Amino acid sequence: MKTAIIIFPGSNCDNETERFLYKCTGIAPIRVWHKETILPKVDLYVLPGGFSYGDYLRAGALANLSPIVKELKKTDRKILGICNGFQVLCEAGLLPGTLRINKTEKFICKPVGITTWPIHHKRRIPIAHAEGNYYHPNSSKLAEEQKIAYTYSSYRDDINGSVRGICGVRNNNVLGMMPHPERAFESYHCSQDGFKIMDDLNA
Amino acid sequence: MLTNDEIKLINERLGRAPNVTETHVFDAMWSEHCSYKSSKYWLKQLYTEGKHVISGPGENAGVVDIGDNDKLVFKIESHNHPSYIEPYQGAATGVGGIMRDIFTMGARPIANLNSLHFGSTNDRRVIDGVVKGIADYGNCVGVPTVSSKCHFFDCYTENPLVNAMTVGYTNKKIFTSVPGQTGVVVYVGAKTGRDGIGGAIMASEEFTEGEDKRPTVQVGDPFYEKLLLEASLELFETDAVIAAQDMGAAGILSSTSEVALKGNYGIEIDLSKVPLREEGMEPWEILLSESQERMLFVLDLDRFTQIGKENVFKIFKKWDLACIVIGNLTSTNNFKVTVENKTVCDIPLEALEAPELQRPTEPYKPEFIDIPIVTDFDMNWVWEQYDSQVIGNTIQGPQADPAIVRIPDSKKAIAMTTMSSAPFCHYNPRSGIRYIIYDCYNKLLSVNAKPLGITNCLNFGNPENPNVMHDFKEVCLGMAETCKELEFPVVSGNVSFYNETSGKGIIPTPVIGGVGLIENYENSDYNISR
Repeated sequence: MKTAIIIFPGSNCDNETERFLYKCTGIAPIRVWHKETILPKVDLYVLPGGFSYGDYLRAGALANLSPIVKELKKTDRKILGICNGFQVLCEAGLLPGTLRINKTEKFICKPVGITTWPIHHKRRIPIAHAEGNYYHPNSSKLAEEQKIAYTYSSYRDDINGSVRGICGVRNNNVLGMMPHPERAFESYHCSQDGFKIMDDLNA
Repeated sequence: MLTNDEIKLINERLGRAPNVTETHVFDAMWSEHCSYKSSKYWLKQLYTEGKHVISGPGENAGVVDIGDNDKLVFKIESHNHPSYIEPYQGAATGVGGIMRDIFTMGARPIANLNSLHFGSTNDRRVIDGVVKGIADYGNCVGVPTVSSKCHFFDCYTENPLVNAMTVGYTNKKIFTSVPGQTGVVVYVGAKTGRDGIGGAIMASEEFTEGEDKRPTVQVGDPFYEKLLLEASLELFETDAVIAAQDMGAAGILSSTSEVALKGNYGIEIDLSKVPLREEGMEPWEILLSESQERMLFVLDLDRFTQIGKENVFKIFKKWDLACIVIGNLTSTNNFKVTVENKTVCDIPLEALEAPELQRPTEPYKPEFIDIPIVTDFDMNWVWEQYDSQVIGNTIQGPQADPAIVRIPDSKKAIAMTTMSSAPFCHYNPRSGIRYIIYDCYNKLLSVNAKPLGITNCLNFGNPENPNVMHDFKEVCLGMAETCKELEFPVVSGNVSFYNETSGKGIIPTPVIGGVGLIENYENSDYNISR
């Protein structure tokens, strides 16, 4: 499987995402600068985590205006947005809903348990974000349409205030998630469940 | 402020009275913060040698060799005074400054650490601001904060200590602030404004209550720093760079004069070329501004013309950064500043070097202090605000000690930690620092790391007080003998004096940051529940 990583000014999870994709696919991903206007022909486009444009104004709001995002709106190939990438995809309207500032008003960095939807499997993946409080006015409709991809497993403590604990959303060819699969694949990471996320994507 | 003796000396050296701009120049350059005039003598005693030491104290940061052409660049620095006045921006710009020190040398920052001293757990204005400031800046630039320690004691209530450390890695050439030849002086980064003017001087004086010092604190922009980081590392690849210097304390003034002094060249800069954020700035304001996210490069003129000015500037254009030639290194040995064609400052560089002081020291009997046992502070609240996992190389984060970070694409890993034990140093500075260094050394050994070296941040009260100077002397001598004993050299550091408000100072608080090498992390004995 060929992949490409879209780099915005301020993206800072690009290098580990590159290593992760290489480990998963055996092919070095193509790095695409946000000012480019032609998408390379690959099977999966990844929008990495980080802080595009310093997350000024609102996370993902400025990156949404980049030329390459216009191209992403036209493609029917797979797109994965991780953390900031998820925020960009929501801003671009490629995914439903929006990501607000965490209920705690603080950045949160820790490994969490997440559950896949609609068939429940458990994954352990780190999160690291300040704006991951997912909101959608009609979450039952999301569930009906099978647009929920992941939720936080723990019902006991509400991590960031997301409705139904949603931390991943899909829409046709597009998947966005707050947890970082590229931080869960090396032997010293909290788990190697990042590979399973790639399987979920291809399932 | 300059003392009468200093003003006399300046007149003698120049053979005339300095003009307004020149007076400001001396005032800043001879401040404790820029000149290390009180500490220089004692710092010379430190043990700084080692086969693996490539660059010791005096540079932007220390550099050690870890084999296979891999190099580590690290330093710890204080940002105490600004963090009391404006905790959020003070701490944020402290992190920004230390990271710039690292990438100025051509290394990519791979880990941030910090050591914080607060008055009490109730001091929410300072604690919340400092922690959020550090988190927001480091997280946004994308450097993992892998270690953070908090200490609480009454004397830090009005003198909180914020010491930030960064470790960088490179397998390419190291760049220093010493130019080996003349070249063009290029200004890169954010525009210059009035923020932080007099910051270096502010950090060299005691505080008195009720004074508003907020305009002397800088404002940070981590996104701009990230762009500057990427652009600088790209520029280093072109071989056009002769020397690089971050614009820290006393901004353009100290960066330009330092480059010239170290290379033994003169320098001529034209302030009318400097991009300004505000109108009507005086020449001395432009020179002394501490606006953040600015860098100074000296570029090879031949190489510059050979690969083309456009090609060099293209790198900065890609990252949407300003980049302007503001002057040249010359063979005159003068520090010359012009505004358009009017000379506003012309000083022989050797006159600019501050006199070294040997302040009086006097032993004293330390009073009894009651160190509180803190049970109502959750360190996880601090640690979770830091992105400790970004770049994906963190093996052990802040929850463990020492922190361990893998060298990108290699089996090697770096163990690192910060240590302090102020109460011990209060009762006996010499054995206190000994305890701290041994503690640090052992921490590194505990994960099978080979200790490589330390960086120190010496936080003290007013050096004009002979008792404070006595503590300082003892700490330096104790550090010198312990480091020699362990062959654990000091490769970089920073001194912060004048941690006093309204006559109440801190107990001696030396903080050290130690770094060690793990040859193969897969064999190392790290273990933490994740």
